[in-house]
Amino acid sequence: MSVEHHHEEHGHHAGHHEQTFWQKYVFSTDHKVIGMQYLFTGMLMAVVGGFLSYVFRMQLAFPGEIVPFYGLVTPASYGSLSTNHGTIMIFWVAMPVLIAAFGNFLIPLMIGCDDMVFPRLNRLSYQIFLISAILILATLFLPHGGFAGAWTAYPPLSVSEQYNSTPYAAPLWVLAVALEIVAFLIGGINFITTLMNARAPGMKMFDVPIVIWMIVLASVLFMASVGPLVAGAIMLLFDQTIGTGFFSPAKGGDPILWQHLFWFFGHPEVYVVLLPAMGIVAEVITVFARKKMFGYRTIIYSTIATCIISFFVWAHHQFVAGIDPRMANVFSITTLIISIPIAEMTFLYIATLYGGSIQLTSAMLFALSFLVAFLIGGVTGIFLGSTGSDIYFHDTYFVVAHFHFTFFPIAIIAVFAGLYYWFPKMFGRYMNETLGKIHFWGTFIPFNLIFLPLFYSGAAGTHRRIYSYQHFSELSIPSVQNMQVIATYALLVLLAFQVVFVVNFFWSMFMGKKAGNNPWNANTLEWVAPSPPPHGNFQEMPTVYRGPYEYSVPGRDLDYWPQNVP
Amino acid sequence: MMEHILPQASSSAASIDFIIDLIFYIVGAWLILAEGILFYFIIKYRRKAGVKAEYVTGEKHEEMKWIHIPHNLVLVFDVIILIFAIKVWYEVKQFQPPADETVRVIGQQWSWRFVHPGLDKVLGTTDDVETVDDFHVKIDTTYHFQLESIDVLHSFSIPAFRLKQDAIPGRVITGWFKPTRLGQYDFQCAEICGIGHGIMKARVFVETPEEHEKWLKSRAQVVSVSN
Repeated sequence: MSVEHHHEEHGHHAGHHEQTFWQKYVFSTDHKVIGMQYLFTGMLMAVVGGFLSYVFRMQLAFPGEIVPFYGLVTPASYGSLSTNHGTIMIFWVAMPVLIAAFGNFLIPLMIGCDDMVFPRLNRLSYQIFLISAILILATLFLPHGGFAGAWTAYPPLSVSEQYNSTPYAAPLWVLAVALEIVAFLIGGINFITTLMNARAPGMKMFDVPIVIWMIVLASVLFMASVGPLVAGAIMLLFDQTIGTGFFSPAKGGDPILWQHLFWFFGHPEVYVVLLPAMGIVAEVITVFARKKMFGYRTIIYSTIATCIISFFVWAHHQFVAGIDPRMANVFSITTLIISIPIAEMTFLYIATLYGGSIQLTSAMLFALSFLVAFLIGGVTGIFLGSTGSDIYFHDTYFVVAHFHFTFFPIAIIAVFAGLYYWFPKMFGRYMNETLGKIHFWGTFIPFNLIFLPLFYSGAAGTHRRIYSYQHFSELSIPSVQNMQVIATYALLVLLAFQVVFVVNFFWSMFMGKKAGNNPWNANTLEWVAPSPPPHGNFQEMPTVYRGPYEYSVPGRDLDYWPQNVP
Repeated sequence: MMEHILPQASSSAASIDFIIDLIFYIVGAWLILAEGILFYFIIKYRRKAGVKAEYVTGEKHEEMKWIHIPHNLVLVFDVIILIFAIKVWYEVKQFQPPADETVRVIGQQWSWRFVHPGLDKVLGTTDDVETVDDFHVKIDTTYHFQLESIDVLHSFSIPAFRLKQDAIPGRVITGWFKPTRLGQYDFQCAEICGIGHGIMKARVFVETPEEHEKWLKSRAQVVSVSN
């Protein structure tokens, strides 16, 4: 019903009057514009998150020295820098870019409809997200500084200003996270409904491209896991502001309860951002290897299995947190079980390259390097998921390195793969390939040089969230401290090379070589629409005849077979 | 491998290092294999003029075996890792050998307090010795620790002992360790606990029984003098 109604509305708009600037770019209900708003907001927040990491990495490498463009890092500001780096990168960069930006831009285009089924709800979702982003940035400038209780916000530290010394930032930080979650709940409803109801005629569920499957499954996973966190966030807010005692032992509460509520969401959240990233990589490697996805259905089934198992692994973050030691074994078993579908998916991606015709474009380089890096992130997780070894590695830099070997490929490398790949569709022009390759090497090599040394730091016993290791005689020895210095220099190189990307991105947007509708000879439906797609997307609504990955089909002259071609 | 980075100073250290080494060799081999195949494919199947990619669906039985065999091997290796991980976990965390002595460890913003049993080796008597940020233990003695916190979460973590346990306000958590190597070792609070988290350090001294007794006596004198 709503879909039918919606089609009419668009016809009306397109036919009758020109939209003003405000209607077209600011308060638009067009999924592409909202997607771009999420993308640019996410990129701006990435600049903030990157700057925060620059400041605290400088402090770690050169403790006590003045950081250029910032000043002196105090223990309080160090806590705030690392806390907000984590919070911003996860909630205001990875989620808006991977789910909201790519989801909004791609879902209607790739399933062949003219917009989301709830365009106004979509508008509301971004509006709430924007408020939450402004709020989290504002907490950095409050008196007493930003919240410094780590992105996990464990009580009782996060509850009382007596403990955390940030009376204003702590509750506002919780509020900002809660608002961000509301925005994504609304967005998720929209994504799921759109995929279920608005697919092009002829498109069965197993004709849907993997990236769309993944974004929608991620939305389902997010919606199913976030409830306890919202409840927990409100309890925490009440503890902070009106003196309840859900998490205060003095009032009969339990601080461990928060950890359960947080990680019940927090672990599925890893897969919420992983899945869209794997989806992007699937699209890119099939196009640039000219190959059908190896075991398409197996990938979908493995993803569903991963989603389900991800609800039963959360306490692996809490092995030494004071839970019953017998329970740790149960969660260790489920954690190693989840390695199986993820390993299976990785094998399927590698197998897809077999017999291919691989063209190493910038997008393909990023997509392949995602696999290279994510393998390292995946296997190092085994050290942390197995109870015996986690006793030692818990809360050390080994965890930091492992986490970033999963999250950096997800939130940065896969996003770059997606941007280089869909840029011609987004803006109708190519990005410069030479600059793209310079940017790739300038990102991937320093990334490894930041985090590989930190595995060693962690193995040497360096704990996290400590502003200076000079107080610890065994950790300030050169062999350990030099790791911090290498990581910081590598970060500076990495940040410098992002300038290449920014220049390439904005220059290409206006001056790049013009791209046709289907510059990569790809099969999926977004490449049927004009580049960039107008309001309403398709000149003629497509009909789907086959799955999305029919590349190099024997007996055809062309090595691709678009989904809409009979 | 781990013992080259950090000394093994407790009876648990060797078994925890064993499981770390085991995982290292297993996942290291898998990693090299997987990355090797990935790079081999990338190099071998680079685009060549006039060569079309193969059409492989990956849904036929004989194609899926290339996934199912490694998939089942992953399962086998997961089980191997789990057996040893749970064994080590049981030995370190679940099973508690009888204590020779018991100590209290109290975390607070931002220091560690230790209550050592005095010469009578019994906790809760008048000759208990309380210290801040200095922890003295005897070699080859099984200690039970009673871990408490008076404000926020802290974590009692001695890397050289491969020991880690979070402290929770309102609870007393009991664990154990047995030092096996003389010397003094750093330790840090391992759970963020506020702005002083970075200076919440302490030092553990593993001593011979004679040294330990001498230290206890010197402390007893301090106490009697100050009284």
